[in-house]
Parts: sequence; C-alpha cells; structure tokens
Amino acid sequence: MERLEILYFAWVREAIGQDGETIDHPGAEMRVIDLIEQLKARGGGYAQAFADPQRLRAALDQAFVPLTATVGHARELALFPPVTGG
Amino acid sequence: MIDIAVGTEDFDAAMLLAELEGLGGGAVASFTGIVRGGDGLLSMRLDHYPAMTQARVHEIVEEANRRWPLLGVVVRHRVGELTPGSRIVFVGTASAHRAAALEACAFLIDWLKTSAPFWKKESFADGRQNWVEARAEDDAAKERWG
Repeated sequence: MERLEILYFAWVREAIGQDGETIDHPGAEMRVIDLIEQLKARGGGYAQAFADPQRLRAALDQAFVPLTATVGHARELALFPPVTGG
Repeated sequence: MIDIAVGTEDFDAAMLLAELEGLGGGAVASFTGIVRGGDGLLSMRLDHYPAMTQARVHEIVEEANRRWPLLGVVVRHRVGELTPGSRIVFVGTASAHRAAALEACAFLIDWLKTSAPFWKKESFADGRQNWVEARAEDDAAKERWG
C-alpha cells in the first residue's frame, strides 16, 4: 500500500498538535480539498485547523497547488496558511 | 551568480554587497528587511518548510533572471526566533544598469513575501501570540509584476 506523508505548518500544525503524519495513500484521483474535508471530520484540532478551507494553502511534493488539485502520485502533501515571509 | 542561504544565522549586508559589486556591472541594488518593533512586540518567530524553501527561493530567483539581465543575485532569509531590530531578509541584485537592478530587487522581495513557504509568529509583552496574517497589499504588490 502506498503511503502519503502529510506535513502541517504554522497554526495548522499548532491546532492539530503535530508536525505531520503518514496515511494510506488516498488514491491519485483524490482532490486535496476532499482530503482536507476527510481530515476535518476527525474532529478536535483537525476540525479547528480545517474549519475554513479558504484560509488554507497546499503543496504537493514541495510545489504549491490549488486545493482543487488531485493528489496524483505525490508522496508528500503540505497544508498551511497563506505564507508571510520576507 | 546566484547565492541563496536560508537559516538561523545573521548576515553581513556589507559583505554581500561587496560580493555583488565585484561582478563587473554598473549597478547594485539591495533590500534589507528588519523586524519592526512597537506594540509591545518581544520577538518574532519565522517557521518554514525546509524541504521546499531553498528550491522555491531558487525558482523565484530564476524567474527574476528571465525577466532582467542580471549579473548576480544574493538572497538571505533568516528563520527561528528574531527580536525587534534584527535583520530578517536580504535581497541584492547586480546588473549593468540601475533599472534592472532596482526592478529585480523589488520583484524579488515582493515574490519572497507572497510565494515562498515562510510563516511569522509574533510574541508580545502582554503574553499575546499570533500568527501574522497574509496582507492583501502584499498580494497586490506581487500581482503588479504580472
């Protein structure tokens, strides 16, 4: 079974209470936004972190993607707020 | 010449400028970002996505290289705990003429603010802590470059 590593940053990480986790790969056709909804359904910190998907951004294998992107064969998904560097 | 570093260490802007001045162009431009004090700010922590940051900054520099005839670009971006007055970021560009150096420098900082995986968290004297929200003005500043 393929696996997908999920990484969390900034307040997403704080709400969930961990840097990341590894899950069974949800399949190439799964959209990031639908995976977020599944995680949100776990409740607790997940529900808090993912309450408003409009506040979230994502990267697949270290490249920014829209939330409507499909996971494809990516090995790493990162979920985080809009960036605030510089 | 492309010289990028992301890390906790401070940097010496004069040394970085000297590096750019030695490239034979007629123009060197730079921007240094400093942690702004006030409102009881004690410190600011910068988190990033280590596996992605260096590559993403490199892509942004490559984009600047496609748009302007640059002789060199230096980027330093600090992460970790920083106090007011500390340097956060440095962008330096060298080119034959000033327009390319100045424009590319502005482009680079606008893009670094809005499309590289860094996040800032502020801590205040009264105990408050908050993650800095992305600003619409920053997005607009990026958008003006098309």
